[in-house]
Amino acid sequence: MSMPDTMLRETQESGRIITMGEAIREALAQEMRRDSRVFIIGEDVAEAGTPFKVLQGLVDEFGTDRVIDSPISEPGITGLGIGAAMTGLRPVVDIMFGDFLPLASDQIINQAAKVHYMSGGKLKVPLVIRTTLGATRRSAAQHSQSLHAIYSHIPGLKVAVPATPYDAKGLLIQAIRDDNPVIFFEDKMMYTVKGPVPEEPYVIPFGQAAIMQEGTDVTLVATSSMVYVALDAAKLLADQGISAEVINVRTTSPLDRDTLIRSAMKTTRAVVIDEGYQQYGVTAEIASVIAEGAFYYLDAPVKRLGAMDVPVPFSPPLEDLTVPTPERVVRVVQSLFNQ
Amino acid sequence: MGIEQLGSGAAVEMYRTMVTIRKFEEQVNQLYLSAIMPGLAHLYSGEEAVAVGVCSALTSEDYITSTHRGHGHCLAKGADVRLMFAELLGKADGYCGGKGGSMHIADQERNNLGANAIVGGSAGIATGAAFSAKKRQSGQVVACFFGEGALGQGILYEVMNMASLWKLPILYVCENNLYNEYTPYQEVTAGSILKRPEAFGIPVEDLDGQNVEEVYDAASRAVARARAGEGPTFLHCRTYRYQGHHVGDINRTYYRSREEEQLWRTERDPIQLWRTRLVAAGIADEALLDRIDREVEELVKDGVEFAKNAPYPDESEVATHVYA
Repeated sequence: MSMPDTMLRETQESGRIITMGEAIREALAQEMRRDSRVFIIGEDVAEAGTPFKVLQGLVDEFGTDRVIDSPISEPGITGLGIGAAMTGLRPVVDIMFGDFLPLASDQIINQAAKVHYMSGGKLKVPLVIRTTLGATRRSAAQHSQSLHAIYSHIPGLKVAVPATPYDAKGLLIQAIRDDNPVIFFEDKMMYTVKGPVPEEPYVIPFGQAAIMQEGTDVTLVATSSMVYVALDAAKLLADQGISAEVINVRTTSPLDRDTLIRSAMKTTRAVVIDEGYQQYGVTAEIASVIAEGAFYYLDAPVKRLGAMDVPVPFSPPLEDLTVPTPERVVRVVQSLFNQ
Repeated sequence: MGIEQLGSGAAVEMYRTMVTIRKFEEQVNQLYLSAIMPGLAHLYSGEEAVAVGVCSALTSEDYITSTHRGHGHCLAKGADVRLMFAELLGKADGYCGGKGGSMHIADQERNNLGANAIVGGSAGIATGAAFSAKKRQSGQVVACFFGEGALGQGILYEVMNMASLWKLPILYVCENNLYNEYTPYQEVTAGSILKRPEAFGIPVEDLDGQNVEEVYDAASRAVARARAGEGPTFLHCRTYRYQGHHVGDINRTYYRSREEEQLWRTERDPIQLWRTRLVAAGIADEALLDRIDREVEELVKDGVEFAKNAPYPDESEVATHVYA
């Protein structure tokens, strides 16, 4: 995945450049140093540092009491995390692939999301579940899904979808300090993406989208790695004289409706890009928010581009057909100007 | 241990708590039949010795997690009858402001982490609380109540594995009332229940769940093990549910006989058995126990009146507490 020129320029100006994986590891390490209640539990998180090596080295500093290898028991470790969170700790549960979240869905949907409400506000679940999304790793149907829409549907959960190393660190620290259950989705193809990240701890409040690039003719709203697809599309569109504004959603729940609506009012056109399945997906929700909020300002229907509504195929040429690409985004945008 | 070590005060209190649960549930049934109570309720009548035996072995700092059939656990952990009835009627003064209802009563002051309407749903929470207690070195113990129906849920085995592995201070309290809802448990349970926890290296006690003294003694041993850092214990409590799966489950002869129900009520009633024991041991006389019965009757009546007169939550409450 290439970083767009605009971002490269930014990073060169602002000092330290690290990868997304390093930003995540740094956020965890800094919060674990700051707060002894924070611990990590999951499959192969300690010496192995996860298959993506994101956690590598943490066990050396914090020991196996705080970086805990668990059995392969997603419901069990999620439930254990909820109980620990309800009784004074701040767990970070590692669910290796987002595709394994459904195993733990009773714990996430029926327990974590509802404990605070059902108890009339008496009990809290300050839990973080770190997991992954994203296709094109040639991992086939059970290791490639982007299931953040399912959890964004559930009241009581917060859902973060960082796009940059800067996002990842600030949103993860916010997630750990938040008193609610947060599902934190990392695109597993983006761990080596580089960007500027301050060394000191900082938080990015949830529900604040980032305008990655300003434009006047069309708004491209994107999540996670689709932000890069949108930025690449914006470059292609610029060559055709179309000025695109690119918005990085950062959190799908809560959603920064105001920023999305304001941008669509300004540009009069919007396309939403997300790597989850298109049907009933994040693109549907965001498109309806924009359509309702900016209707009288729009010159074209809001369009959306999600993953194809098929299980992710293994064969590379087939898999590549299922995800949004800059070229597909450009075609959709062009269609908005031909009406 | 036993009744002698327990002390006469505690022994009589156990009687009072069991009677409170029984009379509470009788009132719940009445509220339901007279259409005052919304929704449905799963009554604990018949199983009182389990909740009371276990909770009597805990301190107020220890945690419990409960089930859809949870009123007895709440009361045994010291919950207030008024606030419980108010919750059952969906009133603002209830334990959860009326938002939880019968199946979700939580009482943070007494470290009751909540009833749970998913069978086996609290096994993870309970084990996490035990993990937390160990990590915080708080000395707290957790009692995780569940029915034999939860033996069909995978998460129970996942967390028992971890509890044994990490020697967590927890009691897995299986209330075997013989029926998974409307199905005899033998029809859906293979092999040996007792060998399941044993396979994880968890000691098992197979108990007469109608005998509060036996349950209390076993729970006390398990609590001592847990506090000493020796890990979890599994208490298998053989008990019986007097009513149906829920209050509307009236016609039960397709899954169990009237004779069986009658036999448990007359021969195996936990309150009657404890009453007889207390009198025989010279700890209490009939007059004292009768007086307790009347006091509890008043307490429960007062609770119902309180709940009936309590206000419903303000409409603005519908959207509060979604997020902390």
